[in-house]
Amino acid sequence: MPSLGADMQFGTVVDWRVKPGDTVKRGDVVALVETEKGVIEVEIFETGVIESLVVQPGQKVPVGATLAILSADGKKIEAPPAKPAVISTVPAAPVKETAAPVTIPIVPAVEPSVRLRVSPLARKRAQELGVDLPSIPGTGADGSITIADVERSAERVKPAAPAVSPAVGAAKGLDLSAMRRVIAAAMARSKREIPHYYLSTTIDMRRALDWLAAENTKRPVTQRLLYSALLIRAVALALRTTPELNGFWIDNGFKPADGIHIGVAISLRQGGLINPAIHDVDKKNLDEVMGNILDLVNRARTGHLRSSELSDGTITVTNLGEQGVESVFGVIYPPQVALVGFGKITERPVAANGMVGARPMIEATLAADHRVSDGHRGGRFLVAIDRLLQEPEKL
Amino acid sequence: MRAAIRDALLRDERVFLMGEDVGRYGGCFAVSKGLLDEFGPERIRDTPLSESAFVGAGIGAAMGGARPIVEIMTVNFSLLALDQIVNNAATILHMSGGQFNIPLVIRMTTGAGRQLAAQHSHSLEGWYAHIPGIKVLTPATLEDARGMLWTALEDPDPVLIFENGLLYNMEGELAADAGAVEISKAAIRRAGQQISLITYGGTLFKTLQAAEDLAREGIDAEVVDLRTLRPLDTATIIDSVSRTHRALIVDEGWKSGSISAEIMARIMENAFYELDAPVARVCSVEVPMPYPKHLEDAAIPQVPGIVAAARRVVIGHE
Repeated sequence: MPSLGADMQFGTVVDWRVKPGDTVKRGDVVALVETEKGVIEVEIFETGVIESLVVQPGQKVPVGATLAILSADGKKIEAPPAKPAVISTVPAAPVKETAAPVTIPIVPAVEPSVRLRVSPLARKRAQELGVDLPSIPGTGADGSITIADVERSAERVKPAAPAVSPAVGAAKGLDLSAMRRVIAAAMARSKREIPHYYLSTTIDMRRALDWLAAENTKRPVTQRLLYSALLIRAVALALRTTPELNGFWIDNGFKPADGIHIGVAISLRQGGLINPAIHDVDKKNLDEVMGNILDLVNRARTGHLRSSELSDGTITVTNLGEQGVESVFGVIYPPQVALVGFGKITERPVAANGMVGARPMIEATLAADHRVSDGHRGGRFLVAIDRLLQEPEKL
Repeated sequence: MRAAIRDALLRDERVFLMGEDVGRYGGCFAVSKGLLDEFGPERIRDTPLSESAFVGAGIGAAMGGARPIVEIMTVNFSLLALDQIVNNAATILHMSGGQFNIPLVIRMTTGAGRQLAAQHSHSLEGWYAHIPGIKVLTPATLEDARGMLWTALEDPDPVLIFENGLLYNMEGELAADAGAVEISKAAIRRAGQQISLITYGGTLFKTLQAAEDLAREGIDAEVVDLRTLRPLDTATIIDSVSRTHRALIVDEGWKSGSISAEIMARIMENAFYELDAPVARVCSVEVPMPYPKHLEDAAIPQVPGIVAAARRVVIGHE
């Protein structure tokens, strides 16, 4: 029974235009079906021989029910169901001559999916924890999934979860498929629930890089700074004036975070990524932040992160410059409400004061939750990052 | 109850008791035994067998400045006075534009379990809880039986007190200085973590017993005694359910269109996202109350049924 409109749930076969043994080809009208909207001719989309008619004239069946069995080249192309779900049998209504049958293409019917039994509390908690509900067994009444099932599942998934697991990348082995599942659940939830908006700006890095080069000449090799430390510091200081981007969306409301803990997206060599946080970046100096970055990358890749680092991020910074990317339009990591992306630094011609010069430019982007902030605030935040990077000595 | 009525008669000379057999016979449950001798026929008044007439007289007396306590033998008989209660007592303040309030207290017995059959044994207090303009009290504990009457008499509007017949003969200790209690809040009679058993009146002690039985199985149940069905203390219900995430309502009334249905509706309205299991009910079987003991026992909520229902809510099976 084809769906002859989005609101159609059932149809009644009024008459067959074919009988078993008939040869049909694509486009032939095979049956008349009555719906709330009138009598409609049903076309066939396969070529073959009608083997049997499953639904008799007068029977009302749901969309998706098998109406007839067709053999293509003598082979069955569709297995019959045990029994068609007959809703009601009524005498076949004579087709009214006045109601001219309308031929419309058949939209393949989608099987109605079985609705999962999940308690409201369990559903809410599963969203918070990023647990994929269909994959966990329910132990409540009638096999329903309860809060206990969700929390048990979260415990099990934890060792492989990005951004929530201390054991990610642990030497004893990494469940990449589980990690992928958790990333999938979190990212799908993010895109489903968070109304993202995106802004970007191009920042001149000349002063920052010049200052960095001068600074690094004074330092031993092991203590040299990378420009990513400047970026992270700039983000942290800019957040001080834009608290709407630093916090969590929980229970239908925004909760600003107490500190500024910047999650740094780190990709793992085996695949997958994690998002450990550098705590209180706004209160640390550049050396401390640099030390934290090196330490985190090292420990992330050897699997020795601490749980607080994995769960405490209040915003995420993704720097894909190393990968040659120009701009990053990221997916916010729930329950965070913003993600800052940086691309690679490239020399570009820039006009300033009537002169064109080559400048090292970087693209900074913001993906933010529109439930919490708007483009005006987001724009001010990007401008603040730019301004901070023009005074690198203060970072 | 007798102490409460006597106390009220002593405290306020506007208070009098009126009803069928309350005087010479001492009340059909002996609640007013001895009061006629102490207070005389002006204040302990036997009435004809006409609920509509003496409830109407009570309304008139209340309008005239008295503080009547009208006793109706059972809630089944109160239906004869439904017009007086619902169309007059509950509405006069509103329809007089606030000129006349009705400080009337009506007491009646409710509930089954005494083999008094379908004429005397129904639990219709939930029906009365439907009506704006009256308050519906359902004391279960000794303290509430003793203390709710005076608070009800002080209320400027009509108050109905439903006394479950099975509770009259329960024994317990009452403090010598026991007195008036507030009537606006439900009470947590037993604190617990895993399920809120919400009940009142005649099923309170069965529910407390069920909670004890559940505790032996490792299920920690909280017992909420509603105490007042109108106005219903929604906040206490929601607070409890929000902590336990599960609820079972135990009510001797029938399910259909009942106070238990109303409580479920409020939980859905206010605590849907706190629920970890469907809210369940243990109520009376929807039949006129049978007379034979074994059928009457089977018709009303009992401890094993409450335990089984709670188990199903908490662990998914009985």
